[in-house]
Amino acid sequence: MQPLTNEQIRAVIARGKLKDTIFKGLGLFCLSIALLVIVALIADMVIKGSDRFTLDFFLNFASRRATQAGILSAWVGSLLVMLVTALAAVPLGVAAGLYLEEYAKRNWLTHVIEVNISNLAAVPSIVYGLLALGIFVYKFGFGQSILSAGLTLALLILPIIIVATREAIRAIPAMIREGSMAVGATRWQTCRYHIIPYAMPGILTGVIIGLARAIGETAPIITIGALTFIAFLPPVPFTGEPPAGLFDWVMSPFTVMPIQIFNWTSRPDPAFEVNAAAAGFVLMVMVLSMNAVAIYLRYKMRKNIKW
Amino acid sequence: MFKQSKLVSILAVAGIALFGAQAVQAQVVKIDGSSTVYPITEAVAEEFQKAKKNAIKVTVGISGTGGGFKKFCRGEIDIANASRPILKKEMDACKEAGIEYIELPVAFDALTVVMNPKNAFLKELTVDQLKAIWEPAAQGKITKWNQVNPAWPDAPIKLFGAGADSGTFDYFTEAIVGKAKSSRGDYTASEDDNVLVQGVSRDVNAIGYFGYAYYAENKGKLKAVPIVEKAGKPAVLPSEESVLKGSYQPLSRPIFVYINPKSLEKAEVREFVEYYMKNASKLTQEVKYVPLPAKAYTVNMEHVEKKKKGTVFGGTAEVGITIEELQKREAKL
Repeated sequence: MQPLTNEQIRAVIARGKLKDTIFKGLGLFCLSIALLVIVALIADMVIKGSDRFTLDFFLNFASRRATQAGILSAWVGSLLVMLVTALAAVPLGVAAGLYLEEYAKRNWLTHVIEVNISNLAAVPSIVYGLLALGIFVYKFGFGQSILSAGLTLALLILPIIIVATREAIRAIPAMIREGSMAVGATRWQTCRYHIIPYAMPGILTGVIIGLARAIGETAPIITIGALTFIAFLPPVPFTGEPPAGLFDWVMSPFTVMPIQIFNWTSRPDPAFEVNAAAAGFVLMVMVLSMNAVAIYLRYKMRKNIKW
Repeated sequence: MFKQSKLVSILAVAGIALFGAQAVQAQVVKIDGSSTVYPITEAVAEEFQKAKKNAIKVTVGISGTGGGFKKFCRGEIDIANASRPILKKEMDACKEAGIEYIELPVAFDALTVVMNPKNAFLKELTVDQLKAIWEPAAQGKITKWNQVNPAWPDAPIKLFGAGADSGTFDYFTEAIVGKAKSSRGDYTASEDDNVLVQGVSRDVNAIGYFGYAYYAENKGKLKAVPIVEKAGKPAVLPSEESVLKGSYQPLSRPIFVYINPKSLEKAEVREFVEYYMKNASKLTQEVKYVPLPAKAYTVNMEHVEKKKKGTVFGGTAEVGITIEELQKREAKL
C-alpha cells in the first residue's frame, strides 16, 4: 500500500470534520426541538393564563364562575398528598435500597427481587390506583382521603427511590466501606456514618424525581376517588370546633392540581380554559422548583463530601 | 438519625390516622355521580356553603352516573347525581344493600345537534335522517350528505359524538336509533365535549351532538340544527322555551339527584336538599340548563318531607318524557 499524500490525508481529515459538524448540527437541532416544545408550552400557558395570576387565584376555592375560581383546595391538597407520599416512600425506599446493597446475600432470590423492582417502575400508574382502591380505600378503611392518595403515590414512586438509592450506594468506592470496617465499625455504623451520608445526594435526587412524577399523576388519584368540587381545607391541627387532632387532616377529602386542571378543560364555558392554563403553569412551576431544589441540594452535599 | 425519625413519624401518621377517622366525619354532605348534573350541583354547593358561612361542608365528585350509583348503593355518599333514571340492575344493587332512594328531577337538558356556522345547506334534520346517519348500519356506507338527502351536496359527512361511556351517548342512541348504545362506530368520539366543539367548529361538513350547555357557551362557533320529530311536525330549535313546552323532542331529557333517606336524618343533608330545591331554578339557568317549572321543586320538597321512595321509571331508559308527564308521574308516587 502506498503511503497517503498530504492532500489525501487532508481530504480524509476534512471528511471526518464534515461528519463531525453534521452530527453536531443534528444534535443541536434535536436539543432545540425538545427545548422549543417546553418553552412554547410554558409561554402558551403563561400568555393564556396571564389574567389569572393574582393572589385571589391562589386563595379562592373552585367556583362555577371562571373569574372567581381558584386553586386553593388543589394546591393545598397536592402539597399534603406529597407530604404523606414522602413520609411513607422515603424511609421505606431508602431502607429497602440499603438492605439490597449492603445486607442482602447475593443469591437468586435477591436477584429476582431486584429484577422485579425494576419492573415495578414500569407498571402503569392506573394499576397502582386499582390496587390502592382495593387495599387502602376499602380493606384498611382509609376512604377517599389524603392518606389513601399519599400511600398510593408512595407505592408508585417506591421503585424509583429504591433504584436511585442503590445507584447512589454503588457509586461509593469499596475502600470507604473497607476502611470503616477495618477500624472496627459494625455494618450498621458503616451505613449510618459513611454509606448514607455519601449516598445522600443521589438518594435526594431520586426522591425528588419521584415526587415530581407523583405530583403530576392523575389516573391513580381519580381511581381512588379524589373529588372535583371541594371548597374547604383539611382541618388544621388543634383548631376548629371540636378541635382537630394532630393528624385529622390525613383523613380529609381532597382534590389535587391535575384533577382541577382536567375539570377546567372539560367545562362548557371557554373562560375556564384561562384557569386551566394558569393552573397548568402553577403545577409546572411546582415541578420545576422541586427539581431545582434537588439540584441545589445535590450540589451542596457533594461539596461536603471529602474522600 | 434521618431514617429513625422519619420512620417514627410515619408510624405515628398511620396510627393516629386510624383514631382520626371518627373525628372528621361531622357535617359533610357527600355527593358524586354524573358530569352532566355536576355544574348544577356544584353551583348549589358553592352558594350553600357561602350561605352557611362554611359551617357545613359539601363535596362533589365526578364519577359518571353509573359510578355515582355504585357508590350510592354502597352507602358511601348521601346524594347521587344522575343524568338518567336509575336502572334495574342499580335498583337491585341498592335493594341488596338495603339502601333506599328519593328521586328528585332537578332540571332538563336538551341534547343539541350542532353544525358549523358556515354550513349553508342544512336547514333542519328529521329524526329519521339522524337515524339514517347514526345507526350502526350506516357505518362505512352513509358517508356523503347527498346519500341522506339528494338535494344536499356531494360532500363528506364528518361526525362528532359522545363517547360510549357517557349517559349522553346512551340517551342519544336510545332517542334516535331506538336502542341504547346502538350507534355506528366510525365517528370521532370523545368524553370531553370541548373536543367535539372544536371538531365541528373547524369542519364545514361536520355535525355533532352534546348537552345544551356546551352549545350555549359556544354559540359563536356553532349553530344548532332544528330537529323535526315526525313528518308534518315543525322543526324545533333547542331552547328553554321549546324544552319547557315539550316541543323539543325527542332530545330533551330530565336530569336527577337521588337522595338516601337515611342521610336526610342528618340536619346538614336535609338543609342542603332544601336549599337545592329553593335555588335550583335560578342556578340551573345560570349554568345553562333548563329549570323545571317552580311547582316541580315544591313537589320535590313534598317528596322529601314525606320520604316518598322509589323511581317513577321502573328501571328502564325512557325517551322524550315531557315535564308535565314527569310531574304527573311524580305526583302519583
